[in-house]
Amino acid sequence: MKAKVLTKIAAQSILKNKMRTLLTMLGVIIGVGAVIVMVAIGQGAKSRIAEQVASLGTNMIVVTPGAMRLGGVSQGGATANALTLEDVALLEREATLLSAVSPVVVTRGQVRGGQGNWRTSIQGVSISYPVIRNWHLEAGAFFNSTDVRSMRKSAILGKTVADSLFPGVDPVGQQVQIRSVPFQIVGVLARKGQTPEGVDQDDVILAPYTTVQTRLSGRSWIPQILASTYSPQDIPEAQEEIRVLLREAHELPATADDDFAIRNQGDIAEAAAGTTEVMTLLLSAIASISLLVGGIGIMNIMLVSVTERTHEIGLRMAIGARGSDVLKQFLVESVVVSTLGGVIGVAVGYGCAQLVGWIYGWSIAISPSTTLVALAFAGAVGVFFGLYPARQAAALNPIEALRYE
Amino acid sequence: MPRDLVIRTERITKVYGSGGSQVVALAGVDLEVDRGEMIAIMGTSGSGKSTLMNILGCLDYPTSGAYVLDGERVDELDKNDLADIRNQKIGFVFQGFNLLGRTSAVENVELPLLYDRTGRRLDTRALAEAALERVGLADRMEHEPSELSGGQQQRVAIARALVTEPAILLADEPTGNLDTRTSVAIMRLLQGLNAEGTTILLVTHEPDIASYAERLVELRDGRILRDLKVKSRTVARPLEPVV
Repeated sequence: MKAKVLTKIAAQSILKNKMRTLLTMLGVIIGVGAVIVMVAIGQGAKSRIAEQVASLGTNMIVVTPGAMRLGGVSQGGATANALTLEDVALLEREATLLSAVSPVVVTRGQVRGGQGNWRTSIQGVSISYPVIRNWHLEAGAFFNSTDVRSMRKSAILGKTVADSLFPGVDPVGQQVQIRSVPFQIVGVLARKGQTPEGVDQDDVILAPYTTVQTRLSGRSWIPQILASTYSPQDIPEAQEEIRVLLREAHELPATADDDFAIRNQGDIAEAAAGTTEVMTLLLSAIASISLLVGGIGIMNIMLVSVTERTHEIGLRMAIGARGSDVLKQFLVESVVVSTLGGVIGVAVGYGCAQLVGWIYGWSIAISPSTTLVALAFAGAVGVFFGLYPARQAAALNPIEALRYE
Repeated sequence: MPRDLVIRTERITKVYGSGGSQVVALAGVDLEVDRGEMIAIMGTSGSGKSTLMNILGCLDYPTSGAYVLDGERVDELDKNDLADIRNQKIGFVFQGFNLLGRTSAVENVELPLLYDRTGRRLDTRALAEAALERVGLADRMEHEPSELSGGQQQRVAIARALVTEPAILLADEPTGNLDTRTSVAIMRLLQGLNAEGTTILLVTHEPDIASYAERLVELRDGRILRDLKVKSRTVARPLEPVV
């Protein structure tokens, strides 16, 4: 029998029981929809993370103090207090692959000024910091090397801090008190958004690291050094260069571990990707379960359909249909039902993905290959779960089938 | 002149069940049907006429014996070949019409041609239309069974049986669901087709209907009780146009 005829028979049977067919397809619709949403969210989240990682800086390398070992027991990250301003100077002077280096001295504190109070992170940095972080100013100007050398109390506000303390007012030229120390506001940073971990990068105040060290934190060690390479290709080599320079400066014997850790943006991206994987896993579990349940639903309805049409099957056999003809007829019907469910599922999934994208501000892209794979999967569900009922139909005895009322 | 046999059976038996609960439905039937004959098989229920009908229609296998249909031994064929034989050589007309619902008359008639594996008939639609014209339903092609009277539905079923030009038309109680007047019209149609050369085997329990045939075979307890020529054959007179 020709494919056209088989499809027509299937279409007639489906149209005869519209509501039943729709309910039968529901499992496949939800399953395929979940697959589409899953892929869309996965891709959306991935590009979002890539965006956020890119927002961290340009070809950025982060050096942090390593774990200190006491009697062979690691004390955890950043316990060694091993980085110093000398290290920063060394890297600036000796490293050939680095375009910029900045120490980051971090402290937290209460800030007063303008409209009130704000608790935020104060980061002492060098003039290279905005280059490394690729961070522009919205107003004012960054402090210069003279400010750093003379430990001037200049502050640059992150957007969140500026909006909280000086809503609707230009803060440049105003004063803030950081832990009671008066600072002159010289600039406001442009908005940068969240890190992949969800930290608001704009909730910050930048000041010369010399000022922060002497006036606020009182600590001489450097919790973080940021550096930038000339090009992304240089990153691995630059990391090695930093390692060699620092090991030499720290006079580490060849057998000792590094007393610092070097990461780059790619490492940070990998860590962030892990969180979306959990979500993808959850959705794929939902997708597989509903496809399974949907398939069982199709099998159930096809068994009902075979019983209902026993008489018709008998007639078809009497006028010359082979068992294989009957098998094909019911298999095509179940595949049409499941594929139709797949098509609706793709549409529903696409709609849901757009909604999610709209809510979270992600750009949702669904590739044609994803759609095809989802549809092929739906079709496979139809074949797999339609086979048993179709075989039941094909195995009917024509005499008994004709007698069946 | 050698006889041109459409059906020849030799000691056909059919036994259902096994061991102590055996039921003998056919206890050795020898039957020969010439091409162009119109033959009626009669018998009460339990006489074995349904079983014989199923075997002659290639829907079932005999337990023993030989069956030659249109020159071909068919009792040893496998299921698929038997399906093809039914498609090519046998036209069924059932008591209950057995048309597909929500399917037009012409599509119902076309159905056997769609299962034809030989691929020798290309314009199935035109053949179906011609068959419907032959049974006088040229103006009902697109009607669905629910829009047709019982007599018209049986005509569609006869057209469906004829469309493959079978060696034999098997009619199982073709008037069982029809009133007397419509029955006469259907028998007139069958007689007309027989006159045009179609071999017809009629299974019935009504002597009135059997008398339209030219030969009568009566079964009892799985054996042929009588096989005789119908002396006073009823010839359906042309009545007023059939409804």
